[in-house]
Amino acid sequence: MLRLMGTAVVALLALTACSTPAATGPGSATDTFVVATAGEPDNLNPVLGYGADGASLIFDGLVARDDRNALSPALATDLPTVSADGRTVTARLRTGVTFHDGKALTADDVVFTYRSILDPKVDSTIRSDLDMLDKVTASGADTVVFTLKYPYTPFLQRLTIGILPELPGQDMNKSEINRKPVGTGPYRVTSWTPGDKLVLAANDTYWGGKPTNSGVIVAFVADDNVRAQRARAGEFDAVEVAPRLATAFGGYTVHKVPTADYRGVMLPMNGPVTGDLAIRRAVNAAVDRQAMVTGVLAGAGDPAYGPIPPTSEYAAPAPTVGDAATILDEAGWTLGADGIRARNGQRARFTLMYPASDSLRKELALAVTADAKKAGIEITPEGLTWDAIDPRMKDDALIMGWGTPYDPDFVSYKLFGSRFAGEGYFNPGSYASAVTDEALEKGRTSSDPAERKAAYQRFQEQLAADVPWVFLTYLRHTYLVRDDVAGVRPRVEPHAHGVENAIWWNIHTWTRK
Amino acid sequence: MIKVIGRRLAFALPVLLATSIGMFLLGAASPMDPAKQYAGAAVFTMSEENLAQIRANWGVDDPLYVQYLRWLGNLLHGDLGWSTSRHEMVGDVIAARAGWTLLLIGITLGVVLIGSLVLGTLAAYRRGGLLDRGVRVAAYAVQSMPSFWLALAAIAVFAIGLGWFPAGGLTDVRSTGVDVADVAHHLVLPVAVLAISQAPWFLLFVRDSVAESLREDHVLAARARGLAGRTVLFGHALRTALLPFLTLVGTHLPELVGGSVLVETVFSLPGLGAVSVHAALGSDFPLLAAITLITTAVVLAANLLTDLAYTAADPRVRIDG
Repeated sequence: MLRLMGTAVVALLALTACSTPAATGPGSATDTFVVATAGEPDNLNPVLGYGADGASLIFDGLVARDDRNALSPALATDLPTVSADGRTVTARLRTGVTFHDGKALTADDVVFTYRSILDPKVDSTIRSDLDMLDKVTASGADTVVFTLKYPYTPFLQRLTIGILPELPGQDMNKSEINRKPVGTGPYRVTSWTPGDKLVLAANDTYWGGKPTNSGVIVAFVADDNVRAQRARAGEFDAVEVAPRLATAFGGYTVHKVPTADYRGVMLPMNGPVTGDLAIRRAVNAAVDRQAMVTGVLAGAGDPAYGPIPPTSEYAAPAPTVGDAATILDEAGWTLGADGIRARNGQRARFTLMYPASDSLRKELALAVTADAKKAGIEITPEGLTWDAIDPRMKDDALIMGWGTPYDPDFVSYKLFGSRFAGEGYFNPGSYASAVTDEALEKGRTSSDPAERKAAYQRFQEQLAADVPWVFLTYLRHTYLVRDDVAGVRPRVEPHAHGVENAIWWNIHTWTRK
Repeated sequence: MIKVIGRRLAFALPVLLATSIGMFLLGAASPMDPAKQYAGAAVFTMSEENLAQIRANWGVDDPLYVQYLRWLGNLLHGDLGWSTSRHEMVGDVIAARAGWTLLLIGITLGVVLIGSLVLGTLAAYRRGGLLDRGVRVAAYAVQSMPSFWLALAAIAVFAIGLGWFPAGGLTDVRSTGVDVADVAHHLVLPVAVLAISQAPWFLLFVRDSVAESLREDHVLAARARGLAGRTVLFGHALRTALLPFLTLVGTHLPELVGGSVLVETVFSLPGLGAVSVHAALGSDFPLLAAITLITTAVVLAANLLTDLAYTAADPRVRIDG
């Protein structure tokens, strides 16, 4: 028995000993690009939620976005048309498009994709994005008609979802397509080793033109430090790194890409302290946003004053925040002997929760605490798990974050609409303002661009006056990109990015210098 | 011997059953919502209705005993169930990953056994000598280092600094297949780190045990008969010392499995380590139960093997289950 074990051990040792250098070392000038991210998707099925905002490399939506995030036709020949009542959207499909398996794209595939998302039996995470969609039907082989429950102007923005080939009778939750997807996109999947890498090969018959490189390898490295170390070893052409680890080194350039991803303090309207307008305005005035960008974000961010990013055409100019001490003095919050203000026996103190696993939100919470202290407001930061946070959101302040660059309606409608007060993560602080509600409603129903712009202007002004949130910073995603890569065109990124929607959104046009 | 194995198997069944029930009870005590974990960042834009539909699809809101019986029933049909955290059949998750974890643990165990036997015996031979003192100091030092720290340090020195080995992954990022030499090259650092972090126990044990047996009568008698030093050391002293060592291997195996989780995470190896962490965070009972069952089965099998090896090494030992 012992001898047997010994033999096995020797055999195993022999396996480790025979190491040879890899065939193609890092830095070799092949025309396959290697990118790395922490964001490994759970599956690659657009129906379940993969790449809902487009740029998914493997799939195409009816529409796509260009480098300014403006919509352009993709699988649709032109931008889909909207009927006068705003409730019927018609898309004509491009002809001659084939899936990676050679099958031709038809209207049935589009109908199948959208119907699958709406099916309650399917574990789709983007079903609530299509709340407005009543039904989708094919009209002939190349026309798709979407019928909406109510007029919804930004609907075209939801048509970036990747189109699957029709898979009759398949359980979408267990479908093979989750791991080995078939799309129409610039790359087809060669292999996916979960936890390691996704290997993509160029789709030579891509309707948008053959990719300028032969393939892409997406390496998944979850740990920030390890990813940065492997980047330094020269393994990747482009890699997302944590801001504090993003220092340029030989042959690489740092890109700090603006995002619509904001962080802020949600202040519940019910609390005796956070419910007081003067306190909310004072915290808003007391926070040093520039110091947070420099100190907490290592420069990879921008000050935030509202939920619409400064890069958006709907953004209002930064409001004046005033002086914290003056605001509190005028409202009758007087300074006590211990440096904390009080009014009618109520101390100016509240708890600020943050998810303990998120070090960025923790540092922001501590920075807010320190800034508020100077204004005489005592904040107790408390790091918790989401499960502990959830039941307390209606009473205690919370560091929250979200944001999308695509349409001002997307997140804000639910986050600040009174209809969603107390519903999960939507409007946990129960903010309610008739002006805000009216502006948000106008913004989603009006088809006149000038009217929409005016509505979101009113919305931002009202938020600045009511301060249901103290917006702190917009994040920037930081990437290291090898200097010999040509064609990198960063665009404003949403919160969700990884394989899709990262700096390599247009990698099918990248080349080597 | 067949009887022993049979009796052990009969004993293993209730252990495995109890382990799986414990897993589900632990999961029930966890406040985590698997649907929220599955949704990831999308949870902040999802309606409660959408989340509830997903939970209903999985049946995770059913009473615990219903979930457990369903799981057990599926298991009897050879179906390990549905992993909510990976959104895939549990069997597929494990099939894709268990091999790599077993390879890592297997090689490491081999390296640790051989290394600690050789070094420990040599250290014991010249007790208080330079090698002995060096080995002991190193063992105590390593024992106090967290293995993820050791792993990051190894990456900094051997991957970044010297460039001898890759910093992570299973194969070269550019390679398209799985090549034995490539995998071996990638496993050198993880195996070394895991082996070094697990070796002190074994090494110190072998050293003490051999040192003790060097003073026993049969060893002294062998020396007195004028046998060569090497023959006495490896043929007589080490042989006596080996017996308790076998037990140590059996009982230490779970620790090796635990260490592999950390090492797999740092070296981004696609083994069971990362998925276990993910499954635990997302209350994914079926996947956790399957992983726990496999680990328990491996540990039980290892114990049985060491006991059998014991009887082979020392005919005086009889085991009766």
